[in-house]
Amino acid sequence: MTAVPSGKIRVILPPHLRGLAHVKGEVLLQVAGTPSVRSVLDALEAAYPMLRGTIRDHVTQQRRPFLRFFACEEDLSHESPDTPLPEAVVSGKEPLLILGAIAGG
Amino acid sequence: MSGVRVLVGTRKGAFILTSDGKRQKWDVSGPHFAGWEIYHMKGSPASPNRIYASQTSGWFGQIIQRSDDGGKTWIQPGTPPGEPTTGPGGMPKGESNKFVYDTSAETGKPLTTHQWYDGTQHPWEFKRVWHLEPSLSEPEVVYAGVEDAAIFRSKDGGKSWQELSGLRGHGTGPKWQPGAGGMCLHTIVVDPRNPRRIVIAISAAGAFRTDDGGKTWKPINKGLHSQYIPNPTAEIGHCVHHIAMSRKRPNTLFMQKHWDVMRSDDGGDNWKEVSGNLPTDFGFVIDVHTHEPETIYVVPIKSDGEHFPPDGKLRVYRSRTGGNEWEALTKGLPQKDCYVNVLRDAMAVDSLDKCGIYFGTTGGQVYCSADAGDNWTPIVHDLPAVLSVEVQTLS
Repeated sequence: MTAVPSGKIRVILPPHLRGLAHVKGEVLLQVAGTPSVRSVLDALEAAYPMLRGTIRDHVTQQRRPFLRFFACEEDLSHESPDTPLPEAVVSGKEPLLILGAIAGG
Repeated sequence: MSGVRVLVGTRKGAFILTSDGKRQKWDVSGPHFAGWEIYHMKGSPASPNRIYASQTSGWFGQIIQRSDDGGKTWIQPGTPPGEPTTGPGGMPKGESNKFVYDTSAETGKPLTTHQWYDGTQHPWEFKRVWHLEPSLSEPEVVYAGVEDAAIFRSKDGGKSWQELSGLRGHGTGPKWQPGAGGMCLHTIVVDPRNPRRIVIAISAAGAFRTDDGGKTWKPINKGLHSQYIPNPTAEIGHCVHHIAMSRKRPNTLFMQKHWDVMRSDDGGDNWKEVSGNLPTDFGFVIDVHTHEPETIYVVPIKSDGEHFPPDGKLRVYRSRTGGNEWEALTKGLPQKDCYVNVLRDAMAVDSLDKCGIYFGTTGGQVYCSADAGDNWTPIVHDLPAVLSVEVQTLS
């Protein structure tokens, strides 16, 4: 793995959203304050406005039902979106994964 | 030199098929938006290189795409890559993916439930855009028919959307219920003489019309008879599959209902059945010859439980008498072992001198007839399941 710039959060998007955002591989995000799922998504949507509404609802900000958040082999989907992310994610050692449910298709 | 551009929405992307006026040799581009469901694409009659597309996913929600160069490149209007999502004053920019039902005090609260499959009331939940209908004269204006059923309008080229809430607000909303495909508003037909007159159809509620540009609406289902609802002639509850209008005679409408092919000669106020000698009057598509307002086309499907053609034979039926008397068109279409379906938005007609007819199947074929249905050839054989077909006639 190439070195992660200091203070950047690594995010791995599902393939459909990588195509929509015109990105390849991981996304690196500068996140203000204590990184949490909410602040990472805020930064993601600011950098890639076309993703607004695709991960969480435009109005309620609820996670879309067929998407899950994982980091450090833990499911963060049902945590509060303001829970601080694990230190390994904050330090750039591990990515935050946004996954589509493996169903249908 | 004239030509045609066929816009094909499929389960796994969009395809654009182009040809000259002979409609014999085709160029195929795509898949655009690979892996996404493209429920519908349609070009602006007022600015033909502008094409709107509904890109959707059960995982990731609704995306609106727009091309201004005939489908070569696409943008999400209002949210180009890299731009901030708020304007200088901090207000959100237009968000083309955002379809939010009107909940204003005038129209909101009483409208927030409809009938669910089990007869209970269920809240309105946005799922996807089924149909995009660009204005006939204003490139920036486009209508969207959505699931759960409602109609939205954009006046800024798809950047932002506002519900025309008078449709849900006219009073029968709690009686609407989803069909097998969901509670979708799938048909939007704008009167070419009067853009304030719009006909829409919902599965399963029926047909509605506005005469004031979408402010107020009324059900137009008189004459429909549906055995599958408690009152077969009720004002609301009919599963209309598609409606077509002749641009030469806009007061005449043709309808493929769940069962029954119908026509109206008074803008939908009254309907009569014209199924006549069809082998089955179940089906999804219906369309009208561009130059002959009494020549219409359907693709009979065996039944609502068996969504494939009768006897394994894919046949388009044509009536030159505005219904009742139908002839099977079979030349070039598979006449054995064919068990595909043709979905409601998957037929279109061009406006060349010899009217071209197009339809797509759930087996991934798109067929063209360059002679009004007498002979058919497949343009493509093996696309993903086709959800919609539209055609633009280019000069």
